[in-house]
Amino acid sequence: MNIALSNTSEKPIYQQLFEQISAQILKDELESGYSLPPIRQAAVELGISIITVKKAWEELERSGLIYTVTGKGCFVAELSPDERLQKRNEMIIKQMGDSASYYKSFGVTIEEVIELLKKIY
Amino acid sequence: MLALDVKNLNKKYGNFQLENVSLQLEKGYIMGFIGANGAGKTTTIKSILNLIQVDSGEINILGKNAIEHEMELKQEIGFSFGGTDYYTRSKIKTLTNVIKRFYHNWDDETYYNYLKKFKLDENKKIIQLSMGMKVKYSLALALSHGAKILILDEPTSGLDPVARGELLTIFQELIEPGEISILFSTHITSDLEKCADYITFIHNGKIINSSEKEDFINSYRLLNGKESQLFEVKDQLISYNVNSFGFTGLIHTKDFDPSSNIKSTLPNLEDIMIYVSKKEEMYV
Repeated sequence: MNIALSNTSEKPIYQQLFEQISAQILKDELESGYSLPPIRQAAVELGISIITVKKAWEELERSGLIYTVTGKGCFVAELSPDERLQKRNEMIIKQMGDSASYYKSFGVTIEEVIELLKKIY
Repeated sequence: MLALDVKNLNKKYGNFQLENVSLQLEKGYIMGFIGANGAGKTTTIKSILNLIQVDSGEINILGKNAIEHEMELKQEIGFSFGGTDYYTRSKIKTLTNVIKRFYHNWDDETYYNYLKKFKLDENKKIIQLSMGMKVKYSLALALSHGAKILILDEPTSGLDPVARGELLTIFQELIEPGEISILFSTHITSDLEKCADYITFIHNGKIINSSEKEDFINSYRLLNGKESQLFEVKDQLISYNVNSFGFTGLIHTKDFDPSSNIKSTLPNLEDIMIYVSKKEEMYV
């Protein structure tokens, strides 16, 4: 599992953690059954607070990406390709929502947005 | 289980008073205790350690009343007031030999492990130690008698960034197994952005907010807008600054309408401290 956290980012640390891990799960880089490091150990290794890690893990669990076995830890959930696609799209749409209102504030049309996006993608 | 439960402390000195100070620290976590100089951090810590007598209020440590069980609890508490400043002409070895007699659970092996880990030479005199070394020495003492709760007053002040980073990593490693809890006061808020689980903010002897760090920060927004927008939020702002580029102010998240055109960002702990302190001045 690869994690790179930025302190200067606008995004809260737990959000960054959540997004990076979910991307890796949804890209199938972390297989189902992969065991996430224990919360307290991850906190020390990442140099962040325990509660921050806990929040990220909880968010992953709520999104159905990992599951907890009491006393054993957290594991990546088993997802069918369809489920994976659906969850990926949900997350992308959520992010797009914020950008969309920003584009609208400039009065940019959807066609223009697509053109602009093509230039940088 | 709560490692520390402070309820409604009141203490009046001449023109300073602690007013209904309450805070709760869950076992196995780190709480940062922030506030400006003179806000009441040290007074609160001294009350917890029963070094000063409070006028009213209750303190429970590891589930036991701090006054009734003072002697046994002191075995479980490790404390430091910014390093060791007594018997400065003695060697570490000599001082440890005096201190260890007070603790039933003193363990020499643990002690020497920490000396090694912290690179402390027991033949050095206290006066020869740097600030960082002094804090590490007091931590080594606290940990060698099996303290379950560490209460540290400004352990990082006076340390350079390297030594501070090192100390914060040590704190995190100490709480990893979940047995030890740490309360530490500081006015260097960047120490806490990373490692603290809970933040308690004291201002003029009153607790402004005590909660999980993320919730703490998330309960405020820093607003940035044009001067012409100021009137929309002026009454809800905790305090604000106006300059030629517009205004910047702090607001409780619950008082802010996110659909507004005013730009809002998450503040850091320092912003919160500064704007809340500024509030007072505005009303004077």
